[in-house]
Amino acid sequence: MSFNNNLDQLYRSVIMDHYKNPRNKGSLEDESVTIDMNNPTCGDRIHLTLKVEDGIVQDAKFDGEGCSISMSSASMMTQIVKGRKKEEALELAEIFSKMMLGEEFDVDKYDLGDVEALQGVAKFPARIKCATLAWKAMEKGVKSDNE
Amino acid sequence: MNQDIKRYFPILNQEVNGHPLVYLDSAATSQKPIQVIEAMRNYYELDNSNVHRGVHTLGNRATDLYEGAREKVRKFINANSTKEVIFTRGTTTSLNTVAGGYARQTLQEGDEIVISYMEHHSNIIPWQQVAKEKGAVLKYLDLEADGTISLDTVRKTITPKTKIVSVMMVSNVLGTINPVKEIAKIAHENGAIMVVDGAQAVPHMKVDVQDIDCDFLAFSGHKMCGPTGIGVLYGKQAILENMEPVEFGGEMIDFVGLHDSTWKELPWKFEGGTPIIASAIGLGAAIDFLNEIGLENIEAYEHKLAAYAMDQMETIDGLEIYGPRDPNKRCGLVTFNLADVHPHDVATVLDMNGIAVRAGHHCAQPLMKWLQVSATARASFYMYNDEADIDALVAGLQAAKEYFNDVF
Repeated sequence: MSFNNNLDQLYRSVIMDHYKNPRNKGSLEDESVTIDMNNPTCGDRIHLTLKVEDGIVQDAKFDGEGCSISMSSASMMTQIVKGRKKEEALELAEIFSKMMLGEEFDVDKYDLGDVEALQGVAKFPARIKCATLAWKAMEKGVKSDNE
Repeated sequence: MNQDIKRYFPILNQEVNGHPLVYLDSAATSQKPIQVIEAMRNYYELDNSNVHRGVHTLGNRATDLYEGAREKVRKFINANSTKEVIFTRGTTTSLNTVAGGYARQTLQEGDEIVISYMEHHSNIIPWQQVAKEKGAVLKYLDLEADGTISLDTVRKTITPKTKIVSVMMVSNVLGTINPVKEIAKIAHENGAIMVVDGAQAVPHMKVDVQDIDCDFLAFSGHKMCGPTGIGVLYGKQAILENMEPVEFGGEMIDFVGLHDSTWKELPWKFEGGTPIIASAIGLGAAIDFLNEIGLENIEAYEHKLAAYAMDQMETIDGLEIYGPRDPNKRCGLVTFNLADVHPHDVATVLDMNGIAVRAGHHCAQPLMKWLQVSATARASFYMYNDEADIDALVAGLQAAKEYFNDVF
């Protein structure tokens, strides 16, 4: 159908893969931070557990419910922050936010990998909040960790 | 009926994402006919002035138009007197006025407030707040499996301790038409007052406050072809007379001293500040428009559309419809989920096809919990929709299903 070209910018196959086969799904048992966040306008919900040690996000898992964009974004987020320094994780959250708002960011600083597939969301204003939920939860969690 | 009617709504004559707009979100807000837009433009171009204070001619004209709109509302809901018709910002403000005014001034510790599981947040949170403050108990009417309220449940839940019963006349999610007249009778037998949230009912069917015998009725202008920012609180005169205002300031006073003041008579004692004049006039024009078509015609037409929509939508494999299946028990909206596709994703695909539906929790989180879903999609109809719109919706849903089946 004629709308598929537009839709394909949003629903890239890598996004659908993360939605169907989420990475790091579940709850950590040795977490140091737990964050529950929801998107009050639509009911999307995330339960994020992080294990932060020696200034590094050693492990991350998420649980929750929501649309393909919110859940795939959560999956990608856990994938990219695992093993990162806290400052790097926070910087990635900032880069992601800029990407969603269509603002410029240093494209060479990090290899965004799968996350780049979410770039198309910026063209769907109503869906940006779906994509940013997990990143906001991570940002809050990393900032709140006072080890 | 709609081809004649559609032409009054300029907004519907446009393409969205390369497709003719199919607007199926009237339960969120309805579109506005040119008659309403023109009434407001005329007011601003010819008559704009503050009301109830100017000695000059424009002031008189503005006052006549504003009070004329009140009389139109009175007639529309069959209130006894314009003293019983208070202009507010919308249903939310109206319900907050009852909770923050009447309830706060009369409730005692241990008194009960009864609402239902299907209520909109605006008919839940004001009661939660006043219940916490006064030590009152907030009780919920349980729902039947088909998303209706049984009078047996009502009889069991309302007790002589119940002081306030507040129920929506039509559900914004299930589409259920609730037996508010019968519930009001049971409330009164127990000495409670009856509040009706009419936001989804007043635009679509004849609502007669004397027939229902409700003590308060709240509704919004923007869901009934009127502008945003205007709503109505109807209250029985005897109750309003004894109720203190909740907003204080200009326009609502009689005499102001240094340490004490007195209030204007009804309804103005509840309308502090410069009122929402242009929007009230717009609402008056919307009522004229609805009367011209006839609410009976609108109601019958929407029943037909809802029945057609449910029949067509049910042909889609994996599509689940919420609320009563019996078209006579529901109004013109259909809430649904499409197999494994999240409602946001459904709504985005439909939007790419020019079809506007709502997706989310519809400001009814307790009901979502009761339905055991986190979100749903909703298509809602008004007199300007037709079967072709529903055919477009069904085709869009088929396309959404295929699209997600392909990418999975």
